[in-house]
Amino acid sequence: MKIDKNTINKIARLSRIKLDDKESEDYIKDLNSILDWVEQLNEVNTENVEPLSNISSSILPKREDVSNDTNSSEEILENAPDKLEGFFAVPKVVE
Amino acid sequence: MNNLIKGEKHDWEMVIGLEIHAQVKSNSKLFSSSSTKFGSSPNSQVSLVDAAMPGMLPVINKYCVEQAVKTGVGLNAKINNYSVFDRKNYFYADLPQGYQISQYKYPIVGEGKVTIDFKDGTSKDIRIVRLHLEQDAGKSLHDQNPSKTYVDLNRSGVALMEIVSEPDIRTPDEAGMYISKIRSILMYLDTCDGNMQEGSLRADVNISVRKPGDEYGTRCEIKNLNSIKFIKQAINYEAKRQIEILESGGSIEQNTMLFNTSTGKTRPMRNKEEAHDYRYFPDPDLLPLEISKVEIGKIKSSIPELPDELKNKFIETYKLSNYDASVLTAEKKTSDYFNETINSDPELKNYAKIVVNWITSELFSLLNKNNQDLNNSPVSPENLGQLIKLISTNEISGKIAKDVLEDMFSSGKTARQIVDEKGLQQVTDQGEIAKVIDEVIAENPKMVEQYLAGKDKLLGFFVGQAMKLTKGKANPKMLNDILKQKLNKKN
Repeated sequence: MKIDKNTINKIARLSRIKLDDKESEDYIKDLNSILDWVEQLNEVNTENVEPLSNISSSILPKREDVSNDTNSSEEILENAPDKLEGFFAVPKVVE
Repeated sequence: MNNLIKGEKHDWEMVIGLEIHAQVKSNSKLFSSSSTKFGSSPNSQVSLVDAAMPGMLPVINKYCVEQAVKTGVGLNAKINNYSVFDRKNYFYADLPQGYQISQYKYPIVGEGKVTIDFKDGTSKDIRIVRLHLEQDAGKSLHDQNPSKTYVDLNRSGVALMEIVSEPDIRTPDEAGMYISKIRSILMYLDTCDGNMQEGSLRADVNISVRKPGDEYGTRCEIKNLNSIKFIKQAINYEAKRQIEILESGGSIEQNTMLFNTSTGKTRPMRNKEEAHDYRYFPDPDLLPLEISKVEIGKIKSSIPELPDELKNKFIETYKLSNYDASVLTAEKKTSDYFNETINSDPELKNYAKIVVNWITSELFSLLNKNNQDLNNSPVSPENLGQLIKLISTNEISGKIAKDVLEDMFSSGKTARQIVDEKGLQQVTDQGEIAKVIDEVIAENPKMVEQYLAGKDKLLGFFVGQAMKLTKGKANPKMLNDILKQKLNKKN
């Protein structure tokens, strides 16, 4: 797999990152070299091997269904650039 | 039943599949301990996990997992011992993580099916593809300010079960019946409160049209419908829209649509350029979810009687029709009420059909008229049972019973009290009825002549007159019999 200009633009848009031409070129180079390196793994024969989804042998810890009734709205909203009557206020997201 | 829509050139068939989002009825959220209560002040039920503060880690709610398994069993579905949580990535103001924790390749519940029952006694299976667990998003308010959107994260992180159907649905009515059936199962299981108004249960509808027998057409998805009425409206509108495009030679673009509840129209939500690319990948913060056979067995054994089982039991025990039984079992409160009524007197089981009618038509219409719910009906099952007993023993007529029920509803008195107080007992004394009939015949000689000359319809007139004289209390069957006898004797 090769990363080209179109791919890098798509990834940038999905990530909401603005890249100028110089940055795009740099990322294309970087990402391709990472991919090349990872692709070495293709040399290993993985026939009849189950995909490994996790290296931990522990099991998923679970909690009981107990709610804590703490109201942290002040802390939650503390870093919000804009807020109103307990709501986050953001630029309008529908036309 | 004809499921086709007439077109200009040929008939069209709708192909519909539903994705139902059902909030798990739990105290706390799927991955945090915040409360799930509805209607609290904005952002008051948001933990640092729900707000996606750096370094916060999700810990799964055991109860929510059990409810998903329970629901899977209720949908006759395969429960997967192994499932995986994935991140579904997209940017939106009410999704602070920038991704939704969901399940993609390995859902907790696999293929199942539910049955819907038609009025004509037939039924149909709708296949379920899967059920998976995921987080709900926060809520955005767009209409409060011309340049701002307000965001409340109270709902963010509440556990959702997404139930995906195969495209087995062919009409808006079937879609409505399917979601009602799912709602009914969820409420019997008590895994979701089924409240569509508050958004605890909502659906995305996938719809395409085709010439019957053809391959599936290109589909559009209508997002976030929270009432059965809107689901039907949206399907009807969208099918018409697609047929119009196809018949004028155009083609359908696969699109996500929004339904405007005030205009009844659908419109595209996002344009094609921003087509979804969710970049699903396993969430590194969560280990795979494994459930042992023993745990599944334990949950299975805790499952209460479900609507279909109960329906079959009602059909068998009380010889009810498939339709009557499915109306009774559609909601747990209705089947509970029926059970309590019919068990309030050993005789009543012989009058099951009458019990059904009195609950589903008379009592329901009174409740509706007074804006009340069966759960706190002013007429208790025992009292309704007593009323039906009075009808079945011919002590009062069905017509008078309707007035008695209304009286019971408003006064809270028992049927017995009202009947005794007002002297409503049916007149079943042959002599007394005969006397009244003689009176009516004597008073209307012309009518009698006409009747005897062949105007049979006049029988109703005589019955009416006699009923009037007895204040509606004469036993209708006896009245009819004696009247006919006496009139024919005149011949």
